[in-house]
Amino acid sequence: MKNNSIAAAIFIIILLGGFLGYNSAYVVDETEQVVITQFGRVIGETIYEPGLKFKLPFIQKALVFKKNLQHWDGDKGQIPTEDKTYLWVDTFAFWKIKDPVKYFQSVGTRQGAISRLDDILDAAVRNAVTSNPLVETVRWTNRELDKIVEREDTADINTGRKKIEKSILLSAQPKLDEFGIELVEVQFKRINYVSDVRNSVYKRMIAERNQIAEKFRSEGRGKSAEIIGQKEKELEKIRSEAYEKAQALKGQADAEVTKIFAKAYGVDPEFYSFIESMDIYKEKLASGDTKFVFSTNSDFLKYLKGLEKF
Amino acid sequence: MNWDWDKLREQQKKQQNFNQSPGGGGGNGLPPMDDFVNFFKGKKLPAGLIILGLIVAFLLFFGNSMFFTIDTSEVGIVQRFGKYDRTVYPGLNFKFPAGIEKVTKVKIKRVFKEEFGFTTLSTTQTRSLISNQDSNDVENVSLMLTGDLNVALVPWIVQFKVKDPYKYLFKIHDARQVLRDLSESTMRLVVGDRSINEVITKREEMALQAMENLQKALDSADAGIDVVTIEMKRTNVPLPVQPSFNQVNQATQEKEEMIYNAKEEYNKAIPAAMGEAEREIRQAEGYALNRINRAKGDAQRFTAVYEEYKNAKDITKRRLYLEMLNELIPKMQEKYIIDEDQNNILPFLNLGKASK
Repeated sequence: MKNNSIAAAIFIIILLGGFLGYNSAYVVDETEQVVITQFGRVIGETIYEPGLKFKLPFIQKALVFKKNLQHWDGDKGQIPTEDKTYLWVDTFAFWKIKDPVKYFQSVGTRQGAISRLDDILDAAVRNAVTSNPLVETVRWTNRELDKIVEREDTADINTGRKKIEKSILLSAQPKLDEFGIELVEVQFKRINYVSDVRNSVYKRMIAERNQIAEKFRSEGRGKSAEIIGQKEKELEKIRSEAYEKAQALKGQADAEVTKIFAKAYGVDPEFYSFIESMDIYKEKLASGDTKFVFSTNSDFLKYLKGLEKF
Repeated sequence: MNWDWDKLREQQKKQQNFNQSPGGGGGNGLPPMDDFVNFFKGKKLPAGLIILGLIVAFLLFFGNSMFFTIDTSEVGIVQRFGKYDRTVYPGLNFKFPAGIEKVTKVKIKRVFKEEFGFTTLSTTQTRSLISNQDSNDVENVSLMLTGDLNVALVPWIVQFKVKDPYKYLFKIHDARQVLRDLSESTMRLVVGDRSINEVITKREEMALQAMENLQKALDSADAGIDVVTIEMKRTNVPLPVQPSFNQVNQATQEKEEMIYNAKEEYNKAIPAAMGEAEREIRQAEGYALNRINRAKGDAQRFTAVYEEYKNAKDITKRRLYLEMLNELIPKMQEKYIIDEDQNNILPFLNLGKASK
């Protein structure tokens, strides 16, 4: 019985020791930072190093905060741009608990932090979008675009998306300092037209495309006409040049012929005329059912009249 | 007294079990626990047996959380009391029991995939959703403003790997969400600086730029993620605008066709005309040769006849005249001989008949 009570006493001491040890030791994860409080007051430095740590049991409390990159998803909202186009803007941000003490004192929980971020960032985003024309929130460089139609609202940008995002971050950060929150990044996730605007944009896109289609067709017709015109021109050229050459050749030949005849027949034009006439009579008078009326007065028939004439 | 002790041990074990579960490592659920408790309810067993049972249970419990295997596609990140201690590689590994060390397995060889703006289940579904309102998320992911303030549909896939498991686990709270958000903002950045034409035709170029930018963004967020590739799906314009874009394609075709037809006509006509021209010239050359040769022949004939005629002019002339008549007269069909005194013979001849 005595042995038993000793064993029980030892056991209780071990238990108590274990319990105290369990309460005074705590583990800091790689993703965590810890603030120690004593009766609600912050004691000592924030513990950033992960590992096994100790504190006073019961009196001190270890408050664990995340140290890694946290995500904030903005409220999707309708915001008009400076040029009065209504947009759906969806934003996200990355943040960190930079000062866990401030964080603990001012917002306490993650929910609290998120709701502060909501208030501050949504307002900052709204301000930034409202004070810039639409194109500034869409583009970020003045890269040359392969555009089909030049429009006024797509002119070059002065600020651009990245700088606007940066300006949101810069304007929101001072307000978040008091909560011990550091903004790492703010970016637009989505920027889209609200449905009314979208429909009119669609109409404009359709009109632009139709215009392009007509331009192509017209270009086609123009180019085709040009080619046909070229064809006709070349045809005329080819034909007239051929005519010119042919006529020149023929003319030269005729001249040559004239020369030859003149030289040959010029010896006795009278005889030429006679002999040529004979040939023509022979060949040309005797075609078809030619009727021939001879007069006895002709040299040929004069013998029919009688010989006394000789 | 033993009874209390048992209960306490059990509580502690529960506690440990609870501590260990978020670690995601070693022991899985410990099903013997319930049996163990039931076993002691209402039964009294010798103390030695109970202690033996406890030892076996402890061995099972710790053994289970002390040895673990890492698959070939993974590494294990071991934390001792929350602090990163070491990285272990595929095979059987040992660690201190749960509560002291915990292992998180990260699939570093595996390529993960995130889809944006469409679901692989059915593409027709996404298509039909395009005309819907802002409520639909799938549609909204792919709907983007282009640099010329038009609207494009840009679906894409990001494939990524865990490059640095330490950063992946410890530096960011929700790596997937970070990846998704950065992918969306990056793609919009890329599309925002391109015209609708470029968005539709230059997908490769966009994918490359998006990949580069996304990698930069992930690195600056310390996400420990490596973008393997970004694959652009078919970019398009929203459904209501599509017919007009097709119109343009069609018009381009028509344009090409018109030009092609004109060229065809040109090619049909010009070489033929050139041939024709050549023929005309050759013909003229032929004409020239013909005329000149004939002329020469005629001239020679005349000269030859003339040479003889010169010697006997009168008789030759008569002969030629009579020869002509001799040849001509037989060919005449009707011959009339009229006395030189007879003057009014002509009316009697039916000249009209002949012409008939």
